[in-house]
Amino acid sequence: MLEFLQFTLSGISFGAVYAAVALSLVLIWRGTRILNFAQGAMAMFTTYIALEVIRGTGSYWAGFAVALAAGLVFGALAEVTVIRPVEGKPPLNAVIVTIGLLVLVEGLAGIIYGGQYRSFPAAFTVTGLRAGRSPLGISWFDVFTVLAVLAAAAALAAGFRYTTAGLRLRATAFDARIARLLGVRVGRVLTLGWALAGLLGALAGLLISPSTFLYPNSMDSIFVFGFTAAVIGGLDSPAGAVAGGLILGVLLSYAGGYLGSELTPLAGLVILALVLTFRPDGLFAGVRLRRV
Amino acid sequence: MSRHLGAAALVAILVALLSIRLTQFRDFQMAQVAVYVTAVAGLTVLTGLSGQISLGNGAFMAIGGYGTALLLLHLAWPLAAVLAASAAIAALAGALVGAATARLHGPYLAGATLLLAVALPSLTYKYPGVFGGEQGLNVTVSAPGSVPLTRWQAWITCGCALLTLVLLANLSASRIGRNWRAVRDDEVAAALAGVNVAWARILAFVVSAACAGLAGSLLAVTTGLVAPTDFTVTLSVALLTGAVIGGLGSLAGAVWGSLLVVLVPTYATDVATSHGLSSAVGSNIPVAAYGVVLIVVMLVFPNGIQGGLRRLAARVVPSPRRDEPVPAEMNNTAVRNASREASHEEIPKTPARRRARGRIGGGGRRLRLLEHERQQQLGRADGLGAGDHQQRDPDR
Repeated sequence: MLEFLQFTLSGISFGAVYAAVALSLVLIWRGTRILNFAQGAMAMFTTYIALEVIRGTGSYWAGFAVALAAGLVFGALAEVTVIRPVEGKPPLNAVIVTIGLLVLVEGLAGIIYGGQYRSFPAAFTVTGLRAGRSPLGISWFDVFTVLAVLAAAAALAAGFRYTTAGLRLRATAFDARIARLLGVRVGRVLTLGWALAGLLGALAGLLISPSTFLYPNSMDSIFVFGFTAAVIGGLDSPAGAVAGGLILGVLLSYAGGYLGSELTPLAGLVILALVLTFRPDGLFAGVRLRRV
Repeated sequence: MSRHLGAAALVAILVALLSIRLTQFRDFQMAQVAVYVTAVAGLTVLTGLSGQISLGNGAFMAIGGYGTALLLLHLAWPLAAVLAASAAIAALAGALVGAATARLHGPYLAGATLLLAVALPSLTYKYPGVFGGEQGLNVTVSAPGSVPLTRWQAWITCGCALLTLVLLANLSASRIGRNWRAVRDDEVAAALAGVNVAWARILAFVVSAACAGLAGSLLAVTTGLVAPTDFTVTLSVALLTGAVIGGLGSLAGAVWGSLLVVLVPTYATDVATSHGLSSAVGSNIPVAAYGVVLIVVMLVFPNGIQGGLRRLAARVVPSPRRDEPVPAEMNNTAVRNASREASHEEIPKTPARRRARGRIGGGGRRLRLLEHERQQQLGRADGLGAGDHQQRDPDR
């Protein structure tokens, strides 16, 4: 029973990170109908930047802030330079371009920082929390992880709901052509969407790296789990992405805990296959449109 | 058909002569290129002809490679039987994956197959007793008579690669190939023209997985080892890079792409290490280069090398129909093309068709948009236009 509780709690902590990645993918998907395969790699790179800053200044929070800012800039830069030309083209072109971006960023990280595993500091202590005498399997940093992601999601939801920029983002996601006719500068709005997604990705990288170590491929599996979470949520729904991330985190934690940690990726594959087979529009899809 | 066979026989003779003149290392590289040709050809058929993307062909290669190692280790079958069996096992896995993903498109399919590539190698860690864990399994083959081993390996791999190319060339020229193209360009139109869309898509996955399985088997034979680190996501990306550089859908392009994917990294690493750069830099330069190449090729030359060569050839020997104006209705109906293909009619190579073909993933969506716009111009927007289009295409 205690074991079950431990798996659940650590699953929620990992799930929060998957939710952050999923949310960043959903943001981009809603705006541009592109799945950014480079999201994880960009997050890996911003985490390296954070590590450099932390080493230089000695302050964790300086590195944290710089990484988030770098995520914003990278997201916007990626959209303006390589994504703009493939927007509205057949989906395969964009897939290949973002895969190219993924490999490019990972190769650059390997060239600049080398391939060795580096440890990344956590904001708070990573020693396990205890309830009475029994360990809970999570730490204050895990609590911070969950809270940070939920806060980011809430801020995003509020921004979408109450700001003009949020309204423009929603209008563009709903129908770019009509939004443009109504005077929305669609290009800028899409850039903003990518920038916000870059920020969320950077947050995910900062939160997961203390437990996975940092190396050029460190975000690969986090990305595919984030993608799985986004698909569980339906790729179109921000709330679904957060829920999907938490569900996936808990399920994978059970699979890893009870069946062996080597099977975690395989469990992810099984979950993705099941969702895509039975609910291809996600567990939380809204009204289903007729498909021919 | 006999044209393909003749060309293959000619190339086979050239390769055999060449392999005798080359050094051991060059023979090994030749085998590597042949391995990649086999896998990239399978992927280019899947992506270029049937319009499905796979980032999981590295996983199918792993299946073929481990199948070969296990069959040689435990059953000691003859090599030809092992190669065929490995391809068959991978084809079976491809059928499963193809059936599971037959309804998926574009990014969904890419993500699902990417997860396959990430997940499958983890099995080898879970069952180290069977798959040898991190160390992997050894694969030993012996050359007959006095032929040096590397030359023998080059012969085997090149022979298999040529066989694969001939089979794929015939397949893509057959009815099956036409069905794939029809499905790629417009699924609804293809279904209306009597193509079983799901079967066509699954069959493409089976063919592609069989090629990848054979390639994995050949890789195991040439390197003498199968280990999980051989079959990472990077391998799948390298295959995709080869297919994209060469020109998606073109088998000759698969050869160009494979040559670049194998030779350029070796060259880049050599240059980097000879200039005193660390091995970490040297081994990562090709990775970054793959990325740049994928982006630049997709943005600037979406048809790859073979597309460029074709354009060059067209400029030297201009085809008489090239600059004719496009008949309006040809622009809009993929159904027309599909039914023409079904009735074996020669399709005029108008610029519009070439444009549509140049875009991977097909011009289906664009064609439908065009048609939609035309209907709007005709004042039928509220009849068959906006609403219907919105429903048919929920992605936009």
